Amino acid sequence: MASVHASPAPPAHPFPSSVWPRVAVVALAAYVVYACTRMEISWERVLVGLENAQRFFARLFPPNFARHDLLVKGLLESLEIAILASALGIVLALPVGLAAARNLMPPWITWPARALIVMARSFHPVIVAILFVKAVGFGALAGILALTVASVGFIGKLFTEAIEEISDKQVEAVRATGAPFASVLAFGVLPQVFSRFIGFGTYQLDSNLRNSTMVGIVGAGGIGGTLFAAFQRFDYDYVCAILISIILLIMAGELCATGVRAIFIDNATLRDVFGRRRSAPLAPLEDD
Amino acid sequence: MLELRQLGQAYVAGKPVLQGIDLAVGAQGITAIIGPSGTGKSTLIRCINRLVEPTSGAILFDGQDLARLDRASLRRARRHIGMVFQEYNLVERLTVMENLLCGRLGYVSPWRAWRRRFPADDIQRAFELLDTVGLAGFAHRRADALSGGQRQRVGIARAVMQEPKLLLADEPTSSLDPRTSVEIMELLARVGRTRAIPVVVNMHDVTLAKRFADRIVGMAGGRIVYDGSAADLRDDVLRQIYGGEDWLH
Amino acid sequence: MEWRRFTGAQRTARFMVYLVMVAAIVASARTVEVIPEFLYDAPEQVGDLFTRMWPVAWAHYPGGVHDALMETIHIAALGTLLALVLALPVGVLAARNLVPFTPLNLLAKLVLVSSRSVNSLVWALLFVGIFGPGALAGTLAIAFRSIGFVGKLFGEALEEAHPGPIEALAAAGAPWTSRMTYGFWPQVKPAFWSIALFRFDINVRESAVLGLVGAGGIGMALDAALNLFQWDRVALILVAILAVVVLTEVAVTFVRQRVL
Repeated sequence: MASVHASPAPPAHPFPSSVWPRVAVVALAAYVVYACTRMEISWERVLVGLENAQRFFARLFPPNFARHDLLVKGLLESLEIAILASALGIVLALPVGLAAARNLMPPWITWPARALIVMARSFHPVIVAILFVKAVGFGALAGILALTVASVGFIGKLFTEAIEEISDKQVEAVRATGAPFASVLAFGVLPQVFSRFIGFGTYQLDSNLRNSTMVGIVGAGGIGGTLFAAFQRFDYDYVCAILISIILLIMAGELCATGVRAIFIDNATLRDVFGRRRSAPLAPLEDD
Repeated sequence: MLELRQLGQAYVAGKPVLQGIDLAVGAQGITAIIGPSGTGKSTLIRCINRLVEPTSGAILFDGQDLARLDRASLRRARRHIGMVFQEYNLVERLTVMENLLCGRLGYVSPWRAWRRRFPADDIQRAFELLDTVGLAGFAHRRADALSGGQRQRVGIARAVMQEPKLLLADEPTSSLDPRTSVEIMELLARVGRTRAIPVVVNMHDVTLAKRFADRIVGMAGGRIVYDGSAADLRDDVLRQIYGGEDWLH
Repeated sequence: MEWRRFTGAQRTARFMVYLVMVAAIVASARTVEVIPEFLYDAPEQVGDLFTRMWPVAWAHYPGGVHDALMETIHIAALGTLLALVLALPVGVLAARNLVPFTPLNLLAKLVLVSSRSVNSLVWALLFVGIFGPGALAGTLAIAFRSIGFVGKLFGEALEEAHPGPIEALAAAGAPWTSRMTYGFWPQVKPAFWSIALFRFDINVRESAVLGLVGAGGIGMALDAALNLFQWDRVALILVAILAVVVLTEVAVTFVRQRVL
């Protein structure tokens, strides 16, 4: 007979599971069924659609590049919109983002700046574009202004967050040398956020490029208008050509962005950028 | 040179961290401030250049009461006080040379500083200082690529670049291993001697303090309880400052 | 002695970037068509806009706006869920440390890149063409756009996972699926849900405009009101969208803090 103290009986379930995840899964499934019913989404519709899809894709290919001058003109306009909106947006976002940083500025400056940034982010760029079209008329200007607002909202928010995360020890040391405020910014604050800022700026350029292809749908310039018009005319092969061009343009933009990041963050030389050397990609940034 | 009169500091009203500090620092030599954690050593050092704002008392330095200065004058006065930090506080993403040149930011306009156009004399002095602290050839390295001891040398060099009249050091060796700590203290001592400026150091290593300091100031409970030479620092005094027996010897 | 912050080659590279940037900006500013009359007209137009928007057509809400708003939320939710289901395998295929088979990685990455390059509005156009106008097109548009986002971030989370636990499982003889479930999934679970919430937040914003091209949701009400120049209704719709966006952000932040 061994020890008197018997070990406790092993628990019936060695991996006790909480009931909540299961409840959540069931609730989610119920929701899906509910929502589909409300929106009249059913398998029949999907199947009918798939048949349609076959015909649709047949009409998409082969892509028709015949009217390429209009296509190129639209693409260029989108590119210009993206460039100007990014430039304007970055220039405006810098001081606004700085003003909104609670570790640098007093509340009577940070509150209005933060409010400005929140307002700029609240609406989808397309909606903002609609309002600008009403204000300044059809054309690229409305698109530029709309995307500038979106840029200020995006970059401003991220820039402020980056500034608020800096190490204040480094700033303290620069202050202790008797440096004026601007120099404290230049040597203590900006070096810590510069690389992230470049990341935001290049990302915003890409994002604006994507959006600029779209604001044309509401009349704010760029290839979007051409695309929408082609769609409504059922010119699907032309639509395909436009889509392919857009994708290529955006990919080219992302390549440029990678190059700019390499030069300013990793201090690459032109040979590094065009040669085989690849630098590690930065932390992911996505907002849309 | 530096005189603290009835300096008081309380982060929260009614709970003073420093009470009635009277301290006069002469024109030369190393003064070490020792005491248990939380006793206000760090607050005291940071009150001198007003990185922490004192709540009462006077800080007489170079013919001025630092406690009364407005922000612009305080900035000008800070140029003459160099500070070395426990965690080095270098700007990590800048190079060693740029960190050194931070010491001259009080003398160069922000625009020129931004474009890195510092006077040739400053650049020359920076290279010489790098030699002095034993970091010749490190000018282009990024600060975050250095070891702890190397970083602290850069920190000291940055402070010396200001051509200060007073050097403050807030626990400069607390993050370093014993051997590097000794090297850094030797460097501080050498700098103080060659430039004939007083050095006020905060430290918790009593042995190190006894070895390098000409004068030791012991603090307990926010007050100065001992002020004398290293030789006179006997065990009963240490017991009074730190409390407890076991840690002695 | 001389001190230079950057080497000659580095400075050339930086200078080239500045040059190209300035050239691009100048060239764009020149060619962009700005009609001065419209610009001078702008303050008057803006004033006119605000006059027409006030008073906001609150009464219109129950009839014309509420259902559409709910539909927008459903589109966003279903679209996100669908995207999660579709993005999971693609994200796995794109992660080199899970599927060390380069052609599959590249294919998966291509899928992800195309999904991201095409705007959700353009996806909506496509799906309206295939499935006809309505919420189905909108849901699919949101889903297909989100695959790229979720898949890319998820793939990166997978690539950053610690190999340690997976190695241990492999050493114990676990098959590939078990290594996935017990080795990878626990590590990436918080990131996955965080990405899902983030994308849902964005999708609510995106869903609101899909109706402009006929893909369901509040955008259709907006389109109708715009076409009829009913600016007071437009104002109502904008306020409604703003409210939904803000509520979603609050809800997402709440879930983030409590659950994750």
